[in-house]
Amino acid sequence: MSGDSSNIDRRQFLGRCVQAAGSVSIIGLLLGTYSEQSKALPAWAIRPPGAIDEEDFLGACVRCGLCVRDCPYDTLSLAEFGDEVATGTPYFIARDIPCEMCEDIPCAVACPTDALSKELTDIADADMGLAVFTGMDTCYSTTGVAHCRACYLACPIKDEAITMERTESNGRWYFEPTVHSEKCTGCGKCEKDCVTKEASIKVLPRDLARHDRATV
Amino acid sequence: MSQISSAQPLPLKRSWFLRQRYLLLRRGTQFSFLGLFLIGPWYGYWVLKGNLASSIFLDSFAFTDPYIYLQSIVGGHDMGRVATIGALTILVFYLVVGGRAYCSWVCPINVVSDAAFWLRTTLGLSHSWQPKKNIRLWLLMMTLIVSVMTSSIAWEVVNPITMLQRGLVFGMGVAWAIVLAVFLFDLLVSRRGWCSHICPVGAFYGLLGKASLVRVSAINRQACTDCGDCFRVCPEPHVITDPLLGEEKGIQPLILSGDCTNCGRCIDVCEDEVFHFATRFERHLRKTKGG
Repeated sequence: MSGDSSNIDRRQFLGRCVQAAGSVSIIGLLLGTYSEQSKALPAWAIRPPGAIDEEDFLGACVRCGLCVRDCPYDTLSLAEFGDEVATGTPYFIARDIPCEMCEDIPCAVACPTDALSKELTDIADADMGLAVFTGMDTCYSTTGVAHCRACYLACPIKDEAITMERTESNGRWYFEPTVHSEKCTGCGKCEKDCVTKEASIKVLPRDLARHDRATV
Repeated sequence: MSQISSAQPLPLKRSWFLRQRYLLLRRGTQFSFLGLFLIGPWYGYWVLKGNLASSIFLDSFAFTDPYIYLQSIVGGHDMGRVATIGALTILVFYLVVGGRAYCSWVCPINVVSDAAFWLRTTLGLSHSWQPKKNIRLWLLMMTLIVSVMTSSIAWEVVNPITMLQRGLVFGMGVAWAIVLAVFLFDLLVSRRGWCSHICPVGAFYGLLGKASLVRVSAINRQACTDCGDCFRVCPEPHVITDPLLGEEKGIQPLILSGDCTNCGRCIDVCEDEVFHFATRFERHLRKTKGG
């Protein structure tokens, strides 16, 4: 092999180098584009508590799944190849299994790379997402179908993150679930317990729901 | 190639087991690693928790893949203390056992590419596109540049190794498609194409291998009968040439190239017991043992 390369002249050698650099650059461009594209996080996917800003998260999370393993409620899953969430990264779907907000935050403790920040020590300070009331025309309480307050009862930050506000509209009085964004952790228990077919209150990733609260 | 093998039907002096021992050991190790990760989720005994990217051994010792760690660091993230200790541990481990020992003793894709190579040989598929040997180093550099530019862990977006291993331990999705692609690439496009030419993970561990302690040595090369068996089974045959045949040029018998995966297959197949595992400091030859 070394015999081959000593027989070729400099022009050929440079030509081969340019060719190799060219092909590798093309692969690099494709990889870079794909990696940028896979950064899009769908609205139904919520990161575990303590997750750093999404852009940094993808550079920090090594996709090891230790957070998934240490979650006692099987809330978290690792995205599989082909899912809309970046492959191998942890997320949960609030409507399926919400975050139970463990006091010792085992998922964040398990993270070896601080993609889930150790600075989160009080689970009430978690900022996984923000519950948004989306069902003014479906919610039993606002439409007057029943005196439902399942979301309010489900909320672990009782009387602070969700309150039922007495509201008047067109001469009709009703109670409207109202989320207080500074208290809501995005655990998703309200979305899970909502009795309407499609949840009338949904947790969205924080920077989607309230961009001003995301650290950009 | 096949001419040589049919021309010299040497009588086999050693038992079947001796001729397969390192292959069997390697398969055992590869499946044991998978097993250790799987008995947790399957039976609740957590020996190794996590996956090849990062794991915890018996809930006390952390391991992190140093190549993934490096990509994250150049991407601008301060990795936590646990990951740093874990990456250093793995780094030191492979500096001892041989960088690309990762490829042949741990990596699950090795089983896939070995299977493709076996099938290719069995079917007699000889046509092959051989990319340049150092293309994987270019790719390694490229993954680091893309990591810097996108502040992500670039290769992990497509890495078939962690895709397969994570798939087996956590859930596959359509990751089998990537594994199938590697298999077909090795079978139909390029002989030993993925592991010996393309994979930047192998390139990274190959760089560690340049300085690693455990090496294969053609320590008994006077006994060599030029049968070519070692060259035929070796996934990186160019590493053998100088240490085995460089006696006149005064080249010592250690295989010091980082490309060598320490798979030990040459030790398995050599009827004249030319090859042995050694440390990189044993540069002498061994006195021939009768044969």
